Amino acid sequence: MTVPADKPHLSREHMLALLKQMIRIRRFEEKCAELYTREKIRGFLHLYDGEEAVAVGVIPVLDQRDHIVATYREHGHALVRGVPMTAVMAEMYGKQEGCSRGRGGSMHLFDAATNFHGGNAIVGGGLPLAVGLALAEHMRGGDAVTACFFGEGAVAEGEFHESMNLAALWQLPVLFVCENNLYAMGTALALSESETDIERKAACYRIASEAVDGMDVVAIEAAARRAVHAVRESRKPYFLECRTYRLRAHSMFDAQLYRDKAEVEAWRHKEPIIRFQTWLESNHIIHADDVSRIQAEVDAEITEAVAFAEAGTWEPVGELTRFTYAESAPPPAR
Amino acid sequence: MKQETVKAQMIETTYREAAKEAIRDAIKRDERVFLMGEDVGRYGGCYAVSKGLLAEFGPEKIRDTPLSESGFTGAGIGAAMAGMRPIVEVMTVNFSLLALDQILNTAATVRHMSGNQFGVPVVIRMATGAGRQLAAQHSHSLEGWYAHIPGIKVLAPATLEDARGMLWTALEDPDPVLIFENVMLYNMSGTLAADAGPVDIDKAAVRRPGHDISLITYGGSLWKTLEAATSLAAEGIDAEVIDLRSLRPLDDATIMASVAKTRRAVIVDEGWRSGSLAAEIGMRIVEQAFWELDAPIGRVCSEEVPIPYPRHLENASIPQAPKIVAAAKAVLGRA
Ligand SMILES: Cc1ncc(C[n+]2csc(CCOP(=O)(O)OP(=O)(O)O)c2C)c(N)n1
Repeated sequence: MTVPADKPHLSREHMLALLKQMIRIRRFEEKCAELYTREKIRGFLHLYDGEEAVAVGVIPVLDQRDHIVATYREHGHALVRGVPMTAVMAEMYGKQEGCSRGRGGSMHLFDAATNFHGGNAIVGGGLPLAVGLALAEHMRGGDAVTACFFGEGAVAEGEFHESMNLAALWQLPVLFVCENNLYAMGTALALSESETDIERKAACYRIASEAVDGMDVVAIEAAARRAVHAVRESRKPYFLECRTYRLRAHSMFDAQLYRDKAEVEAWRHKEPIIRFQTWLESNHIIHADDVSRIQAEVDAEITEAVAFAEAGTWEPVGELTRFTYAESAPPPAR
Repeated sequence: MKQETVKAQMIETTYREAAKEAIRDAIKRDERVFLMGEDVGRYGGCYAVSKGLLAEFGPEKIRDTPLSESGFTGAGIGAAMAGMRPIVEVMTVNFSLLALDQILNTAATVRHMSGNQFGVPVVIRMATGAGRQLAAQHSHSLEGWYAHIPGIKVLAPATLEDARGMLWTALEDPDPVLIFENVMLYNMSGTLAADAGPVDIDKAAVRRPGHDISLITYGGSLWKTLEAATSLAAEGIDAEVIDLRSLRPLDDATIMASVAKTRRAVIVDEGWRSGSLAAEIGMRIVEQAFWELDAPIGRVCSEEVPIPYPRHLENASIPQAPKIVAAAKAVLGRA
């Protein structure tokens, strides 16, 4: 590659790929919302609407050998990482062909093949795990990076502070990616943090940091390149705050009593897909038919994923207790 | 519990509304009472129990907290120690594990460890239980674990009366009281006396009298057990259903009186079987009523797995009426 590792590669193809990934997540989740109202998908469903640029900007910068830890709002991360959409959709249905055998659902997507260490639904719960993955890497002398995604709400948890400290103290290769969408369920950032400039928290732990416009996929990718490069070279943690916004309800059970419709509308105008697409079109990098082609491809992929999930099967109840323990070990005494 | 004599005026309500009314009433009765927890205010409570209370009482009394279970539970414990009467709401029992240190190592120990110089009159409420397909980090029933801890009291309101009445009595209690609200009960509707008020928090209740077998349960499983008792009745088996109400302390007297009458017992507990509350109850029956028994004790507990997401596996994981019927019949030798 002629471009230095920390510089984005702004070819037309690359930009089309970024756009496609964002559209792919958006359309996939629109379908999920519809399937939720049809009761095909149950439980909690947390959509990433408005935040797609973060996963799309960061994850492709990682290598195959790198690790990812995500939250319950992780459909986009899994898709961009390369977990097949069919397996993700089957998981949303709870079918055994799903990426977690159907047992996890929307909040617990796992995929060993892509080092996708799960959607964790305990806020802050993924951070110590990421530190541990990086510790193993450090002790084995490898150079993989662990990228850990979490919301700004997690910053109030003790586990955030403990993890930041450990990663810095032991010099572990963790990329902390804070997806600051300004609300933790109904609690606005200003109501949960005394210091609302999240990026500044990294300084207390002597962790290098950067805040970036989380609605600008190119800016995020550039920042992610700098960040991943820094972690890989220095073998130290790095903190990237992506300032974004959740355009939809927290989950499907949220009346959104805590914010004005006008505020959401104002953010709609800044949303990452239209913004990037408009910029590409006005600079004549892409044309309207590029977008319709992308949409057609994505829609076909979604149709296939839904068909795969529909055709999927329920794990037999007789398997319920399987894998509570490893099968190679003798069964524990009852 | 007031009943009969004067026919009280009845209102249609839900478990959720009854729990909300209990909070409202407590805040009005005692200026030391306030509610704190994640999203109790602006969001309206994760299970909408506190919806509307922020507008009524303001942000000092309905205090939204950051995501800091250990921090805010500890703060509630501290405020209680200093004379306030906080109601701490933890979204679900799974998240309470982040606050377990404060609950176990501070709240439960302080009175004893300080030689009775300090007490912690805090009430901690949380949702528990499976049934909403929320998978393995949001669906467990860990109230039995909490019932292991000396120094706290553990309640499991299963009826509208108890959802309405236990909170005030718990707030009056000088020691920490944990209240577990089964998530499947929030939408349960029914009638409640318009003047329903505080209830006792130390007695089990006989929810259905019977002669052939004692079905001992609590919380969300009460309704499945009553359903099972109805099915058993159709087969000529007259089951008595005991609602424990308080998991710590356990009301041994009511349990033993029932077992002495029916001579048979099945315990229904949404916790996992190994090391469960059901195990504790079974052992107490063995210790105190062994010679009254005509058959081995039975148990219906959750399967020993993290609760899975798909409906059919979730249902298969937790106690259900047919399993309770089968267990009762097995104990009666009628399987
Ligand atoms: C320890 C814990 N406490 C509470 C919750 C309930 N809960 C789920 S998501 C959420 C908000 C988290 O906000 P943030 O970290 O900003 O992420 P976002 O949902 O905005 O992506 C809360 C309170 C939880 N899952 N885990």
